[in-house]
Amino acid sequence: MSDPVTKADPQAAVPAGVVFREFLTIGATSFGGAVPYLRQGLVTRRAWLNEKEFVELLSISQSLPGLNATNMAILVGQKLAGRMGAALAILGMCLPGAIIMFAVGIIYRTYGDHSITSAALKGVAAAAVGLILATVVQLGKKSLVEYADYVFVAITVVMVNKFHQSVLTTLVVVGLLSVLWHRPGRSAAKE
Amino acid sequence: MSEVPAIIRVFAYLSLLTVGGGMAAFPEMKTLTVETHNWLSFDQLVHLYSVGQLAPGPNMMMIVPIGDWAGGPLGAIAALVAFFGPTAGLTYAVGRWWQKLEAWPWRASIQSGLAPVSIGLLLAGCFTMAKGAIFGIDTAAIAVGVLLVLMQTRMNPALLVIAAAIVGIFSFQ
Repeated sequence: MSDPVTKADPQAAVPAGVVFREFLTIGATSFGGAVPYLRQGLVTRRAWLNEKEFVELLSISQSLPGLNATNMAILVGQKLAGRMGAALAILGMCLPGAIIMFAVGIIYRTYGDHSITSAALKGVAAAAVGLILATVVQLGKKSLVEYADYVFVAITVVMVNKFHQSVLTTLVVVGLLSVLWHRPGRSAAKE
Repeated sequence: MSEVPAIIRVFAYLSLLTVGGGMAAFPEMKTLTVETHNWLSFDQLVHLYSVGQLAPGPNMMMIVPIGDWAGGPLGAIAALVAFFGPTAGLTYAVGRWWQKLEAWPWRASIQSGLAPVSIGLLLAGCFTMAKGAIFGIDTAAIAVGVLLVLMQTRMNPALLVIAAAIVGIFSFQ
């Protein structure tokens, strides 16, 4: 603590190289979703964060654009070892998956048309739809609290899928309406 | 080589649309990579995304092979940097500041306001994906089965994807 790594981050106490190794480990082992592995690595194994800090950083990661896994890498890396920590954490997080998928892309181009591969891929793609639906249901249970929220979900889906509006337009238009609907003071009257 | 600037433009733009998850950007990714630039077919996009669920780390690493197919290894690196760079920079710049705004009443409004929109975008991505993945009662049954297992148990999703691959080999060949 007495020897901060950067002036911007007086809390920095972990060498950036150690941060890199931990995120490389998480990046190489987090099969089926990064969040449980992040908790296991950062809270349980390293004790770099307590449970409350972990939940706070995860909530920020979820509310900013970007994937949870990479946003968490940035926030935790930054907290532990400043700018270098953030850069190395996201690099460690991404590198293993990127190399694996680079190889998968080459294999797929060669064998993707074989009957066994395309039969397996058909199953895998259907399963992926189930995975996304499960995420939608989980997030929905947590975040959709009033009827209006379901209306905003429906408007968003219809704008993108039915009227083929761009995701950006939809995000800006429906997002603005929804934020205004949830404006400060409104819910106070209701509760 | 000539595709690299386009790869950077496309993936940097998609990066900023990943609100709530990578799937939120999927409809736009289909439009840009399949229809506008013809870097791959829709089936290939669906397959790469799905297989990507088996890889460790962030679940949108399928952008790497898209970059590779469009512009070679340099394209793969460009896709990676362009897709993760902008949101990484944004999170680095505003993450701390956002945390400090906890008492600002509009912060809660923004969070609860964006939640339904990001869920809607994930669902829209899911429907776009389903057009290339659900072809009848059999594939629908796999999707619903995966959903139900995940709702009822804490099973690792990657194992379910592998199970679906095995079911696929025996059912769809």
